[in-house]
Amino acid sequence: MFVLYRSMIDVIISQIIFIASLLCFTVGGIGALLLRKNDAIANIWSNFFAILASLFGLSFAALAVMSGGDTSFSIGAFSLPFFSLSFHIDQLSAFFIFIISLISLFCSVYAIGYVKHFYKKYDIGVLGFFYNMFILGMLLVASSSNWLFFLVAWEIMSIASYFLVIYDRHDQNNVRAGFLYLIMTHVGTAFIILAALLLYKFTGSFDFASIQSASLLIPAPIKNIIFIFAIIGFGTKSGIIPFHIWLPDAHPAAPSHVSALMSGVMIKTGIYMMIRIFLYMIWPVPVWWGLALLVLGSVSSLLGVLYALTEHDIKRLLAYHSIENIGIILLGLGSALTFLSLGMPSLALLGFTAALFHTLNHAIFKSLLFLGAGSVISQTHTRNMEEYGGLIKYMPYTALFFLIGSMAISALPPFNGFFSEWLTFQSLFAGITLLSFYEKWIFILASGSLAFTGGLALACFVKAFGATFLARPRSSHVSHAKESSLSLRIGMASLALLCLLLGIGSGVMTVVLEGVGKNMAVFKNAASVVSLSGQHIVVGKNFASVSLPLLALFFMVTGGLVIYITKFIINKHQKVENNITWDCGTDLTERMEITATGFSRSIILIFRGILRPSIQHDIQYHDAQSRYLPKSRTVILKVHDVYRYYFYQPLHLAVNAVSSRVKNIQSGNTNAYILYIFIALIITLLSVLWK
Amino acid sequence: MEIDIIVWILQIILVPVTAPLCVGIIRKIKAKLQNRRGAGIFQPYRDLWKLFHKDEVISKDASWIFRCAPYIVFTVTIVVGASIPLFASYSDVTGSGNLLVIIYTLAIGTFFLALAGIDIGGAFGGFGSSREMTMAALAEGGFIFSLLTVGIISGSTDLFAISQNGLIQQGYLLPSTLAFLGLCIVLLAETARFPFDNPATHLELTMIHEAMILEYSGKKLALMEWASANKLLIFIALASNLFFPFGLAQHADSGAVLVALAVFAVKTIIFCLVIALLESFIAKFRFFRLPDLLMIAFIFNVVAIILIH
Repeated sequence: MFVLYRSMIDVIISQIIFIASLLCFTVGGIGALLLRKNDAIANIWSNFFAILASLFGLSFAALAVMSGGDTSFSIGAFSLPFFSLSFHIDQLSAFFIFIISLISLFCSVYAIGYVKHFYKKYDIGVLGFFYNMFILGMLLVASSSNWLFFLVAWEIMSIASYFLVIYDRHDQNNVRAGFLYLIMTHVGTAFIILAALLLYKFTGSFDFASIQSASLLIPAPIKNIIFIFAIIGFGTKSGIIPFHIWLPDAHPAAPSHVSALMSGVMIKTGIYMMIRIFLYMIWPVPVWWGLALLVLGSVSSLLGVLYALTEHDIKRLLAYHSIENIGIILLGLGSALTFLSLGMPSLALLGFTAALFHTLNHAIFKSLLFLGAGSVISQTHTRNMEEYGGLIKYMPYTALFFLIGSMAISALPPFNGFFSEWLTFQSLFAGITLLSFYEKWIFILASGSLAFTGGLALACFVKAFGATFLARPRSSHVSHAKESSLSLRIGMASLALLCLLLGIGSGVMTVVLEGVGKNMAVFKNAASVVSLSGQHIVVGKNFASVSLPLLALFFMVTGGLVIYITKFIINKHQKVENNITWDCGTDLTERMEITATGFSRSIILIFRGILRPSIQHDIQYHDAQSRYLPKSRTVILKVHDVYRYYFYQPLHLAVNAVSSRVKNIQSGNTNAYILYIFIALIITLLSVLWK
Repeated sequence: MEIDIIVWILQIILVPVTAPLCVGIIRKIKAKLQNRRGAGIFQPYRDLWKLFHKDEVISKDASWIFRCAPYIVFTVTIVVGASIPLFASYSDVTGSGNLLVIIYTLAIGTFFLALAGIDIGGAFGGFGSSREMTMAALAEGGFIFSLLTVGIISGSTDLFAISQNGLIQQGYLLPSTLAFLGLCIVLLAETARFPFDNPATHLELTMIHEAMILEYSGKKLALMEWASANKLLIFIALASNLFFPFGLAQHADSGAVLVALAVFAVKTIIFCLVIALLESFIAKFRFFRLPDLLMIAFIFNVVAIILIH
């Protein structure tokens, strides 16, 4: 009796806490707009309430994930037939609310200091308003249980993020990026609406739960169409190749703490809805859906990292890595779907857990990296990595945090990124061993692309970290740089610490995330393949096991011994002299260092079949006749985007061609227009009569 | 009980203690093939001793990455050396004998080595890093897949379990052979050997590994050299014990351990001989030919996995 009482209190409290979180975001947003006269107050107000709201959301979500209960409630009673502000928060929703709150907490702490460099330049109140609305929109997306309400929330999230993308509006590129984002996101939304309407047509409801209970009424071909629409719609938001075209432009354009939220969290809402639709609403699904997700995931991860290697804009590089990581998440999700439809729920649970874990991990290390990049940009005022260099001496803390983020995203143990990739690999390996024919082939393709992605990501982050923080400064921007302020460092340090903690505690996290999966109806009967024995996480019957705490401990003890012995036992009176780097007898200038472009040049050349690099030389001579003394030389290196060439440009031309045809009926003659109206009227009347 | 402790200690120190010998043997064989007398096989130990007692020069541009990298790179090789089957198939010290753990732990070493190459801001180091990372990225697929192939054949991705189960008995001759060839290519790439890299060169156009450690001196250079010797032995141990797992001690027995050590020595010497022969008879490839070779390693393994049923 007491237990029941206790748990009821928990549920009630947590529901109120969630509403409190939503309210705090609203108050933070509107208050910031009202206080816009004073930059500092608007900044503190908006971020204070965002922090408060995130803390509410975090405690609610943590409680909900742990306790495993479902929460359903509606706000207000509407007499509208389809629309209701109804929420349903199961463990899956709670998990995504957890991610959103976690990242927005640290981003808001970071923002208190970071936003200062916008003072007097732009309106801080507006930034605060859209920032809070953006996070509010994401929370509503993850918790709503009605299609129409969901679409409203989806639009709040998209529009607010659009205004954040064009916030730095003096740069024309940002405005253009924002426009592209606006178009792409609404093309995506159009497909989502179509999918929702199809669901409504066959199940007669916009409510998620009612759709699920009536899902057997949907015929198979319609299901496939819904699948394709959902992939286009939510894939656009998630940045799956080839729908990612807006992402590398829009994410870098926003202020860095917003980029961190967009890359770390917003793109995951697409993943959330894919899980919601495929594994909840219209389950069971055919095998080819899972395989299609695997192929999309492989392409996204491999191409994402290859395009990242070609970048020398630090934020664009990170944005391309988001595409890569979404690909990795899709690999986990795709294998889960495949195993489920083949009747192997235990292995599906493994893939699903891997996908969820990577979603969480990517949110953490990607926002850490974006915050690190933002901290560098706020000091150097450029996003071009070629103008950095040697920043580790000017910004030691930022460098350390960025290094941790780089190691985590490159899947180096014992950081968190390693473990979720390890789990993803395990589920793909299981597919290779157990499946046959073309399914096996696709799993081999997927693990191959994951293997190469890992290697290329490592190369890319050696490049990113090396070109930014190491060697000597390559421009005067760097020598003015100072370590960023306390709030920036706290935001980054907490995320860096989380990278390590989640890596060390990956065993516990796996069990928790498996619980999230088991809460879903499709995994009800799935026996767990992952087990904890002591410090070890074991997959299958001794197929694979790993223990990151032991490994980390062993590493630290050995490392300590090595340092102790070399420093204090062997030749302890060694003299260490500081001197210049070997310069071959000439003056070593910063132009002799390797640059970001130079670093990845050989990889670009090796993959020239995909990346299509082009090189253009231009020489101007002092004397155009004699051509002996060059005045200036320029070399332009470019990479041609395949998808732009073969997908978007033909599409663009086709749309233009159709538009110009359609334009013909617009003659400008009023009589003609009246004729059109008349014809339309007659057709309508006829069609009514026909019935 | 005592034998357990001895095995435990042996497993940890075997790689660092014998790795320089391995390098010495390869150099000696190469010298003989070139009609030179060559230095003794213990010369690498003397070199290390000498380097450890030298003073050091560190570039003014270097940051803590450059100073820490040798310790990290060296520690990585010790940890990995302790986590793979060397002479016994049950002596998993760190409990991390999983193939992906090994591969990604080795990647930590590569990561810091490449960063150290960039850190000093020299004209050579950065290019060394760029080439090294290119090779490492392309070798990753072949590396993971060759170990995965044997993993699938023996039903576990744990290296100790693989070496216990044995491949030859299971009759997968063709897939094993393909996987072995793939791993050999990766071995040459990862340990900076011909045809990927010339371990003896200091010519700026060709060096990869040497370019990254060009600025090191004294103790730090000693650690770097030692670490690369360790890495060589680690790869030899992987290739020999996963594909030819005979002679490994299956349980704690002093006789079995002694025999296993002797067998390990023989296997290692054979691999050294093959590497030395290869280095004497083939030339270094042009840099942009190397991806083809690494892709071959990957494709071999894809074919091998398809052949397993």
